[in-house]
Amino acid sequence: MEFFAISLLNGLSYGLLLFMLSSGLTLIFSMMGVLNFAHTSFYMLGAYFAYTISGVVGFWPALVISPLVVFVLGALFERYSLRRVHKFGHVPELLVTFGLSYLILELVQLVWGRATVPYGLPEQLQGPLFSLYGTQFPKSRSFIMLLALLMLLSVWLLLTRTRIGLVIQAALTHPETVEALGHNVPRVFMLVFGGGAALAALAGVIGGNTYVTEPAMAGAVGSIVFVVVVVGGMGSLAGAFLASLLIGVLQTFAVAIDQSLATGLQALGVTVTDQTFGHELLQLSVAQIAPILPYLLLVLILIFRPKGLLGKREG
Amino acid sequence: MSSPEYYRFKPWNIGRFVIWAGFALVLIVAPWLFRSSLALTMLSQMGYLIIICLSYNILLGQGGMLSFGHAVYTGLGAFVAVHAMNLAAAKGGVPIPLVLIPLVGGLAGLFFAILLGYVTTKKSGTTFAMITLGIGELVAAMSLMFPGFFGGEGGVTTNRTYGKLFDWTFGPQIQVYYLIAVYCFICTALMFAFTGTPLGRMLNAVRDNPERVEFIGYNTQRVRYLGFIIAGFFAGIGGSLAAINFEIVNASDSLSGVRSGGYLLFTFLGGATFFFGPMIGAVLLVLASVLLSELTKAWLLYLGLVFLFMVMYAPGGVASLIMMNLRVAKFGKFKRFWGLYGALIVTGAIVVLAAAALVEMVYHIQLNSALGSTLTFLGIELDTASATSWAGAAVVLVIGIALVEVVRRRFARVWGRAQEEIEAEVKRMETA
Repeated sequence: MEFFAISLLNGLSYGLLLFMLSSGLTLIFSMMGVLNFAHTSFYMLGAYFAYTISGVVGFWPALVISPLVVFVLGALFERYSLRRVHKFGHVPELLVTFGLSYLILELVQLVWGRATVPYGLPEQLQGPLFSLYGTQFPKSRSFIMLLALLMLLSVWLLLTRTRIGLVIQAALTHPETVEALGHNVPRVFMLVFGGGAALAALAGVIGGNTYVTEPAMAGAVGSIVFVVVVVGGMGSLAGAFLASLLIGVLQTFAVAIDQSLATGLQALGVTVTDQTFGHELLQLSVAQIAPILPYLLLVLILIFRPKGLLGKREG
Repeated sequence: MSSPEYYRFKPWNIGRFVIWAGFALVLIVAPWLFRSSLALTMLSQMGYLIIICLSYNILLGQGGMLSFGHAVYTGLGAFVAVHAMNLAAAKGGVPIPLVLIPLVGGLAGLFFAILLGYVTTKKSGTTFAMITLGIGELVAAMSLMFPGFFGGEGGVTTNRTYGKLFDWTFGPQIQVYYLIAVYCFICTALMFAFTGTPLGRMLNAVRDNPERVEFIGYNTQRVRYLGFIIAGFFAGIGGSLAAINFEIVNASDSLSGVRSGGYLLFTFLGGATFFFGPMIGAVLLVLASVLLSELTKAWLLYLGLVFLFMVMYAPGGVASLIMMNLRVAKFGKFKRFWGLYGALIVTGAIVVLAAAALVEMVYHIQLNSALGSTLTFLGIELDTASATSWAGAAVVLVIGIALVEVVRRRFARVWGRAQEEIEAEVKRMETA
């Protein structure tokens, strides 16, 4: 029970962090049809900027400033690079963000070095928030959960309850009509791209010090986030939410289970030795296959439900 | 995508014959022109990378499928090839001659493409790209779980000199080069022939207008699947040639997403819209990863920048730039560009050098600051501690950018006029 509760909480906090990342990606994708390959690079930039800024003015201002800086960078990239490529089609759009991810990685290594930077938690977030069955749950992870939920709420309110949100939604389906009504649709796209990047950066600010801030951090979550977006259904925010939680919980539980098919068979009275056929497969513990679980889920979803969990239509 | 124009001579297509004979000749004489052992290694790498990049272009250029997991098929082909070699070398093993090992690797690539391609090609476009990424990660992560087959961190080693073909032991690099060259020529010819087959044409149609293809009655998913399988076969051949060349395969390197990204990057840089584009890309890949990485620590930064600008300004890659200039030359309008190209190169070189000086200084601070603050850049002494070096490089950079802009505007004007004249001429020829 103790294992279950703590793993669930850890899984939920990791899943919510994934959601903070995938929500921006989904938002950009559903708006502009662009799969932003550099999305997790913005996540990394958010963490590194926060590290530098929090060294000057402290963590709490950095929580606001760092996403704002990344917002500006994202908007500039959209304005001067992505928009130019837009007329060539979707593949070049994807490629240009792919190139950007290379560039950001090199620049980060250039400015902050190749090793891990000591980006620590602020005092207010250190230590446990509460303890459950004797195991402590850290404040930082609770803060991630709180922030992710707040973000979900504010993005939802922004999209459905404000004027700009309605324009964004309308531009999604009827860009020409919206333009005819006098709204600057390219500027809306620019803001959306910057906004998506800022959401990723916000995840980076708290993900960077809860986990670790290093040049490999973008690649580490990069492919998982894409899995989340496909599993949830391309362009579906609710689907991304569901898939993030699912994958977060799944992975956290799997890492902690040291059972394999061999031990399962042992309970049934069959012993697996090194001579048994396929012993390498049978002796793999669940913890060992944890890293590939998201990808297995991806393959299964594609076979049995190609449009994703909450996807609307087949692409 | 512009339609290529062929010179056709009937009954013999002499132009094509000349080109292929020239290609074979280049493959044969190249090791005599570049004699050093480094050059020979690079030529061997170019040989199999040409196969790999061309096979990748079956996906990207011909099928419009942006794959982020091509290394899966080259890598798995390489692993199977290495195990086949070890099996053939073992006493009482299966006697497979070394010259057929690439075919074994190719069949392995084919097999895995059949297996994984079914899921991958269910979707097209952006979703396809993400699925290939996921499958790539899946295979890369799985390779670490089965150290028996993949050799864990250290990889699997082999020895290519287990058998003889006449006098050839394939020990010396030159013999391996010719093995690679023969495969390179045959595979290139086969892949070119593939572009003309009904399947190759359908693949283009599926890329350009899948809806319409479906209306005619084709199953777009099956066309993509078949194209994917063929690409997997050639990728496996390329991968196993790499394994023969290095005699070692390492999962964390040859199956990695970085490797797949490299194939994508250079196929695109070479030019995905022309058949020969990826061959240029393969040559560039070797030059960049061997020579450029020797020259500077910042080569990935330069590569990323070049790639970004290429996507933005010349999405057809190097090949399209060549073809555009050939078109201008064909209409006899190239004379006016000599001066402009000279000016572009000179001013561009100023910008590149100044920017490179700045980048190298930053890298020096980051990586070698323990060695002191001075570094030599192309024979010039730069001091990262003095403001003169920084300001000097910055001033040169700004002046260079201004000059490039002046030349670029003039170039764009002349280029536009030349294109207009060509268009007019084409129209006149059509009506005449």
